[in-house]
Amino acid sequence: MSPLGAQCEVSFVVNGEARSVLAYPMERLLDLLRRQLGLTGAKEGCGEGECGSCAVLLDGALVNSCLIPVLQAQGSKIVTIEGLAQGSQLHALQQTFLDCGGAQCGICTPGILMAACHLLNTKPQPTLDDIKEGLSGNLCRCTGYSQICEAVAEAASHGDDG
Amino acid sequence: MRSDPAEYELVAPGSLTKVVSLLAEQPGAWLPIAGGTDVMVQYASGKLAAHRLVSLWNLPELRHIEVSDSEVSIGAGCTYADLRAHKVIELEFPLLTTAARWTGGIANQNRGTLGGNIVNASPAADSLPALLVYEPELIIVSARGERRVRYVDFHIGYKKTLLAVDELIRAVCVTRGLTGYTSYARKVGARNAQAISKVCMAALGRLASGVVDDIRIAVGSVAPVPLRLLETEHSVRGEAIDPALVSRAAEIAVGEIRPIDDIRSTAAYRSAVVRNLVTEFLQGLIADRQGA
Amino acid sequence: MKAEQIVGVAVPRKEGQEKVTGRAQYVDDITLHGMLCGATVRSGIPRGKIKKITFGPGITWDEFVIVTAKDIPGKNCIALITDDQPCLADGVVNHPEEPILLLAHANRYVLPKAVEAVVIEYDPLPALFTIEESEQQAEIIWGTDNVFKRHQVEKGDVDRVWAKADYIVEGEYRTGAQEQLYIENNGMIASFDRQHGITVWGSMQCPYYVHKALMRLCDLPEDKVRVVQTETGGAFGGKEEYPSMIAAHAALLAMKSGKPVKIVYDRMEDMAATTKRHPSRTRHRTAVNREGKILGGEIEFVVDGGAYATLSSVVLSRGTIHAGGPYDWPNLRISAKAVATNAPPHGAFRGFGAPQSLFAMERHMDHIAGTVGVSPVEIRRRNFLKTGMTTTTGQTIREPIDLDQLLERGLALSDYRAKKERFEKENQRGTRKKAMGIATFLHGAGFTGSGERYLASVVGVEGCADGRVRVLVSSTEFGQGTKTVLCQIAAETLGLTYEDVQIAQPDTDEVPNSGPTVASRTVMVVGRLVQSAARGLQQTLIGLDLLRDRYSRDEFRAACAKYVAENGEFKSWAHYEAPPGIFWDDEKYRGEAYAAYAWAVYIAEVSVDLTSYSVTVDDFVALQEVGKVLHPVLARGQVAGGVAQGIGFALYEKVVWQGGRMQNSQMTNYIMPTSADLPPIRVYFEELGNVHGAFGAKGIGELPIDGPAPAIVNAIEDALGMRFDSIPLLSEDIFQAMTAGSAPRNESGTPQGFR
Repeated sequence: MSPLGAQCEVSFVVNGEARSVLAYPMERLLDLLRRQLGLTGAKEGCGEGECGSCAVLLDGALVNSCLIPVLQAQGSKIVTIEGLAQGSQLHALQQTFLDCGGAQCGICTPGILMAACHLLNTKPQPTLDDIKEGLSGNLCRCTGYSQICEAVAEAASHGDDG
Repeated sequence: MRSDPAEYELVAPGSLTKVVSLLAEQPGAWLPIAGGTDVMVQYASGKLAAHRLVSLWNLPELRHIEVSDSEVSIGAGCTYADLRAHKVIELEFPLLTTAARWTGGIANQNRGTLGGNIVNASPAADSLPALLVYEPELIIVSARGERRVRYVDFHIGYKKTLLAVDELIRAVCVTRGLTGYTSYARKVGARNAQAISKVCMAALGRLASGVVDDIRIAVGSVAPVPLRLLETEHSVRGEAIDPALVSRAAEIAVGEIRPIDDIRSTAAYRSAVVRNLVTEFLQGLIADRQGA
Repeated sequence: MKAEQIVGVAVPRKEGQEKVTGRAQYVDDITLHGMLCGATVRSGIPRGKIKKITFGPGITWDEFVIVTAKDIPGKNCIALITDDQPCLADGVVNHPEEPILLLAHANRYVLPKAVEAVVIEYDPLPALFTIEESEQQAEIIWGTDNVFKRHQVEKGDVDRVWAKADYIVEGEYRTGAQEQLYIENNGMIASFDRQHGITVWGSMQCPYYVHKALMRLCDLPEDKVRVVQTETGGAFGGKEEYPSMIAAHAALLAMKSGKPVKIVYDRMEDMAATTKRHPSRTRHRTAVNREGKILGGEIEFVVDGGAYATLSSVVLSRGTIHAGGPYDWPNLRISAKAVATNAPPHGAFRGFGAPQSLFAMERHMDHIAGTVGVSPVEIRRRNFLKTGMTTTTGQTIREPIDLDQLLERGLALSDYRAKKERFEKENQRGTRKKAMGIATFLHGAGFTGSGERYLASVVGVEGCADGRVRVLVSSTEFGQGTKTVLCQIAAETLGLTYEDVQIAQPDTDEVPNSGPTVASRTVMVVGRLVQSAARGLQQTLIGLDLLRDRYSRDEFRAACAKYVAENGEFKSWAHYEAPPGIFWDDEKYRGEAYAAYAWAVYIAEVSVDLTSYSVTVDDFVALQEVGKVLHPVLARGQVAGGVAQGIGFALYEKVVWQGGRMQNSQMTNYIMPTSADLPPIRVYFEELGNVHGAFGAKGIGELPIDGPAPAIVNAIEDALGMRFDSIPLLSEDIFQAMTAGSAPRNESGTPQGFR
């Protein structure tokens, strides 16, 4: 057991790449991603798990990375916004967000894209209510959600070309 | 972020046995943290008093759901997402599934655990009224062994429970065989999602020949603890259900609760909503009786 | 090759790729070598003298950079209009959260404890928290009478109308503070060295406001201050003036330490310490004839400006001019004032005074309707401004606006009549009451009166070596589409493709001052200057025979490249010129207040659940005439987003005050709508054009937040048969009114210090 104030080694896979970092066990996953790994896509909007702008996928589950101590992410597979596109090929959601006006100021966009991605992974044919529920943990102040919901529905309708 | 990670320790022993040993060796020294949806908010705002934490996250002994003929044993480390995904719970304990759907958003449901919420003991937690009406037993574990406690006895004061300082909840066991009940659940919050409830109600009722055979009503956010409305239930049990009875019961309910004014709402509003929800639930029983 | 249409088409957002891939760089994503983190020690009381400052035990203070008012090289103020707001409190504080001193350290984690360890002892003074307390003047907390500014509008002869009135309708209407709640908190990075002076990077709307403030604070000349806007995660007015304060703080720490310093607020600090929408109180007294035609009236409009003047005079101005709504007032008196209280100064928030006074006007119209016995539709019809009539300030409406027809279209789109009829029947039973509500309104685009002339905006367009073109403006992108639309305008003006046009990131070393990105002026005013500057490039090339009058895209690019190769820098500048016939009298508050107005009809369908007393917006039609829609997807996004904020203003967003301090300064307790709370917002446009705007555009950024609140409350009144004149209107307020039997002034009506 590490004494108080000591760092530990934490290993996980981030966007397909194995990473090992030295960190305090109670460092927030959000801070680790942003500062140590340079993955600044996840944002801090509230620090209390309310706004969803820090959302990432952890072992396939949508989580708010501001609420996860890094030790609890030991051995996990993490996907951040930086891992959504395949090289220069945008994910269908990224493309529909561009087409439908889903991103305005863009600060909520990484988190809300991860939430939308998680939604389509679990419900490939979502109804509008499913979409609203799936995104209800992500606050967007710019769009009023209408064009975001349309972008998600549009991406869902492209289905298997995902 | 108002806390310094360098001033905190978090250990993850990896097994239930090791965790309870630690709690026994140094009672009160280690704060268990499961999904972190409560603890990490306190931590980020600089208000976490405990500096040594022990992780319960993903312990296999805590994160599973076992179905036997008589009961469903829900591991305390099950997340709300785990609950929502379980078909037997959805079918036989729908109030729990509904409460799970109300708790935070998807991201918080993927991390918040049933045991964590029970032990955090906020009277506003959405799943606690549902648990109160299903009357589970909690399996409590420590280095000293296991004991079973009725959940309805568990909350003894504002954020105070029967849990000793070296104990953990291992599982929540709900008895199967609830048939013929009407289920009712409503949460009233400031918005439709991601809202701490102002009033949260779960209820079960069963009629036999127009008479109330069994009734259970539980409410959150209207007292220091989540509350079963025992007097209200008593006033209705064994009686023929009619509008006058409903009216009296709703008044008794208002008398049973102890709501306060706080940053989210007012006592007067909470009382009125409880009156209305009790009325709505009982009127639903009348409608059921009439086959409406 | 004929130029393809670019304006009016949904071209891709210029910076869209960066945003959807997470590559966009916001201020907190940026780290400079050797950078320290900064934090602010703030007042714990609303008003008083600072007696003693003690640096408490348990902190290694010599590791910290410490800055107080004494470290300010220039003037200790945040220069804006009145210059009464200190950068750091010096001996006295006038509001909770007022900045007193600054700390910096390399390790950001040690700062919160250090901030807590600075102990400040005060001699408290009595403080004022409401408009009424300010008016009573038991204390004078600002100037000689607690009044930042007054405006008076006189039209016709009001005092003679009362005798002719068949009805005199009175009403008092209140709106509460509202937090802008951009999802990116305020943040700045500053660096300093003797050679270059100060550079700041950060989240902001107005680089040149920050530039001016830093020059004054640090006593530095123009070329020794550089301000760069980073990708900004929402602003809505909340980053119009406040960034100057946080930039000043970062700059002072950078000067003292010799290292770059970053200050980024967390949500609690941002909510508690920075600006909010001005709370307001509007009183109407209106003389109306039997048919419901307004003969004249008096409007008293008061806004609570908080502790320092900041932008209150301008908020007051816009609120005053809009107070009469889109109606014909043959006689009108508007008496308006902005008063001081001991709260953190209130500031710009989308709409900027108009949502407040238009809430009152639109609620009052429904009351007039009820008094006279006509419908909300009819009362508006009988009073709408028409072409040729004059506004509250005597401005003649010259464009062919037909509000009757706009209203009719709105009613059809929302199925208003059929739904109203159906709801009246259905409401007789059950615990859910449904109703429809209307708001009709206008919003003036650009700075008021002579404001644009005063701004004297300058825009540049640069021809580059590769034949492409670059727009040079200080107008900032923060989601509304500034970059996209200004590039569309330049591209179409020049006959280039959209991809041929880039836009410089606003950096005061590189771009001219095209004015602040506020007041719905960017497309209309700055866009037009972009057109002019672009034409300047054309004219230069044509004048030199490098280009014919009619040319292809390739020809332009070749000519431009040739020019640059032969001459070096190729920039064309355009300077704002006031349109002819725009006269504004700042003393009398009369004349052409705005170059253009957009007009709107908003219709809300609501349900009130009587078991929980909560209101849901089930459908929302937002119909507006906006001159010309330059980008359909962006325009729709602006309207939908503004409507969502307006719904929040009406039903969800309450600032809980105690002793001048916001108590619910967390996202858990300050409630904005989620996706689960809003219906699809249905957006429709009409386009009449605008001679003063680029490609006929008018401003649309703020218009959409003016309408939702009164439309919703009008609907709620119709659903319940009860009067509500105050927002935010929460379930608790509806419950209280229903059980009290009447609608007393509810808690939301006393914005501050009610407990």
